[in-house]
Amino acid sequence: MLRRSSSLSTLPKPLRKATPAVSAPEHPALAQPAIVPGTAVLGLGVHRPDVIVDNDQICQWIDSSDEWIRKRTGIVTRHRARPEVSVVDMAEAAGREALADAGIEASQLGAVLVSTVTHPYQTPSAAAAVTDRLGASPAPAFDMSAACAGYCYGIAQADALVRSGLAEYVLVIGVEKLSDFIDNHERSMSFLLGDGAGAVVVGPTETPGISPSILGSNGQKWDAVSMNQSLLPLRDALEHARRSGDVAALLDAEATLWPTLRQDGQTVFRWAVWEMAKVAQEAIEAAGITAEDLTAFVPHQANIRIIDELAKQLKLPEHVLIGRDIVEAGNTSAASIPLALHRLRAEHPEISGGLALQIGFGAGLVYGAQVIRIP
Amino acid sequence: MADKNEILAGLAEIVEEETGLEADEVQLEKSFTEDLDIDSISMMTIVVNAEEKFDVKIPDEEVKNLSTVGDAVNYIANAQG
Repeated sequence: MLRRSSSLSTLPKPLRKATPAVSAPEHPALAQPAIVPGTAVLGLGVHRPDVIVDNDQICQWIDSSDEWIRKRTGIVTRHRARPEVSVVDMAEAAGREALADAGIEASQLGAVLVSTVTHPYQTPSAAAAVTDRLGASPAPAFDMSAACAGYCYGIAQADALVRSGLAEYVLVIGVEKLSDFIDNHERSMSFLLGDGAGAVVVGPTETPGISPSILGSNGQKWDAVSMNQSLLPLRDALEHARRSGDVAALLDAEATLWPTLRQDGQTVFRWAVWEMAKVAQEAIEAAGITAEDLTAFVPHQANIRIIDELAKQLKLPEHVLIGRDIVEAGNTSAASIPLALHRLRAEHPEISGGLALQIGFGAGLVYGAQVIRIP
Repeated sequence: MADKNEILAGLAEIVEEETGLEADEVQLEKSFTEDLDIDSISMMTIVVNAEEKFDVKIPDEEVKNLSTVGDAVNYIANAQG
């Protein structure tokens, strides 16, 4: 406490002189919670929709064969949600399972993050609805749009929220209903895609279980994976038809096509393997480990050939298990990494406690990677 | 710097490693897709390995123009020049 030795009018000057270590003392310093040193993934849950689409069904829509699809992509089946099942429904199911796996009550959640590009509302978020359904209100809730990197972005965000003291526990959900945004007759990517959800709980621990995240983007390749158009031409065409009465024009106009996903497969493949191998290596180094220390490698499930080529480029030791959920689940964008990790853990329960390198990459282009301790 | 015969031989090795095709099947007039049955993803792996082997850059948009083995050999020879 400073001693007031003079009149109020002269107070500012002596005050500044008396406290040289504190800069600009006109404004009080703000309280900031101490940094929480360790975070980890504490629980994992998934939802796999019950409609299974095999390659023969896909070949009703595109000129291909089961053999061709298996050989070129590794995919045998993909799960797709029924029309009445929403992104929020799937996210809730996965979220509940993750909470139970972590032994955490919904009321303990300090934030709920949903990574998705297929929640069909610009606003409000899927996260706010999921938070309410789980009984986690009034936890802060928001959606993240980072496509196939969304889950890794979510882990990075949750790690930061917990360590900064903003939340004690954070639920991260990667969920997609991609079947609402595909054209079954399109050949570049629709046949790869499935629906599903995966969720994890991130919270404080004594032993750090999430390494520094390596995140980035390359907007120069913005259209390498993207919707074929925005919703605005569709709005304008519908408005025109409504005003003019020319409803027949709607059937012919390109603009009235529902926006669906496309990709330039070659560009994406090159980037996903050779650029992402560098990012994955960076994540290993940032974690302070080597590939020898890994128990599992769980990359985004884009294509089995990307997964295999990435593993080859990383020169992973033979003991490292590789997530290949794509064979059964297809490419589920933000949900694919937790789904693949969940399958690996179900098939090899002994990996719990081991280290998994996970890397997500996709539309944007955006990417994210980190090493986690498997719950 | 490699001459076109050396480039062809090097490219044939890369194709053999990626696809299992015998190197002597990789001839200048052969089409990657029609004759050698190389799909777009294998083609990209071949391109990246060729970039490394011959120290050249083959941008994504150029890959689509390389329909025959001869196209690739010429592109690499010019890029090295």
